[in-house]
Amino acid sequence: MHRDSEVHIRRRGRNFGVLGVLLAFIVIVFGVTLAKIQTGGFSEGFDHVARPGLVPGQTEEVAE
Amino acid sequence: MTDVSLNIATGTAPADEAGLRDYWQLLKPRLMSLSVFTALVGLLVAPGGVHPFLGATSILWIALGAGASGALNMWFDADIDRVMKRTRKRPIPSGRVAPGDALALGLFLSVLSVTMLGLTANWVAAFWLGFTIFFYAVIYSMWLKRTTSWNTVIGGLAGAFPPMIGWAAATGGTPLEAWLLVGLIFMWTPPHFWALALFVKLDYHEARIPMLTVTHGRDETRRQALIWSLGLAIVSILAAFTSLGGPLTLAVALVLNGVFLKGAWDMWRRTDADSEADNHAVEKGLFKWSLLYLFAHFSVFVVEAAIPFGGW
Repeated sequence: MHRDSEVHIRRRGRNFGVLGVLLAFIVIVFGVTLAKIQTGGFSEGFDHVARPGLVPGQTEEVAE
Repeated sequence: MTDVSLNIATGTAPADEAGLRDYWQLLKPRLMSLSVFTALVGLLVAPGGVHPFLGATSILWIALGAGASGALNMWFDADIDRVMKRTRKRPIPSGRVAPGDALALGLFLSVLSVTMLGLTANWVAAFWLGFTIFFYAVIYSMWLKRTTSWNTVIGGLAGAFPPMIGWAAATGGTPLEAWLLVGLIFMWTPPHFWALALFVKLDYHEARIPMLTVTHGRDETRRQALIWSLGLAIVSILAAFTSLGGPLTLAVALVLNGVFLKGAWDMWRRTDADSEADNHAVEKGLFKWSLLYLFAHFSVFVVEAAIPFGGW
């Protein structure tokens, strides 16, 4: 039968704490991604062409 | 043989093994809470809106950056902390956390917080967060803290940046109003700390840290506290006349600064003998008022920005 070593038992609380922090980090990054998509921050997907937002005078033309 | 292998071999847990709480203590949570509050105010009073989740996570990264600089400070100051009674039980001097672990944690969290703030908010805010960590860990902790008695002033500047970072996170810029928030905390820190230093017996001299009370004397400390309180009042009233403030802010600022200046004036007029006689009542009073001052002043900026008839 498998038995946890003493060091694993002793550090269980700490390890679960680290797990919680990592899970929270994943949730936060996922939430930031969703929020960015909603606000349009990363949604200028113009591959291989200049982003209109960075070219002077282009923004109006795109809007038209 | 590592500590882990030693513990397995002997089957006994060291009484002072680091737990999560020790790593949390490395981040100086009290300092972090001040950063959270002031950065949140900066973010809330900045013009334009910010997505609530992005705003909340930006504050989280700013707090983490403050924690990172705290860990780097504790790593570098372990020799001082070992000497002083107040800090002897911190994770590194007590032996619960290895200095290298604290350094690694500080560096890791520095990179993480700056990168994540850049991705979450913008790179202007991320730059200022990185600068703040560098300023606190390198300029203050490693260099000026041990060489000049103006270390309180310089350390205070590092603690003053969070509201501007919060503002930058919301807008991508750092206009005059954001710098006035920095100025307010910058001017507030010296009298706040010197009032404390005049009634609490701090053993910095044993750690050979040049504090103003020791290098220039307690009378000069009282005089400097009054001078900086005057500077604080000027910045505060100036801020009340910008887009940060309004009639309500001005009224609150006048009361807060009036009481603050009265306390600083009374403290300057006293001698150490007077102070001992009434158990440092004036010094303690000014210190307590300074805590209320910062909280109330920053809160009124938020109220002024939130109420429909607020502002000029």
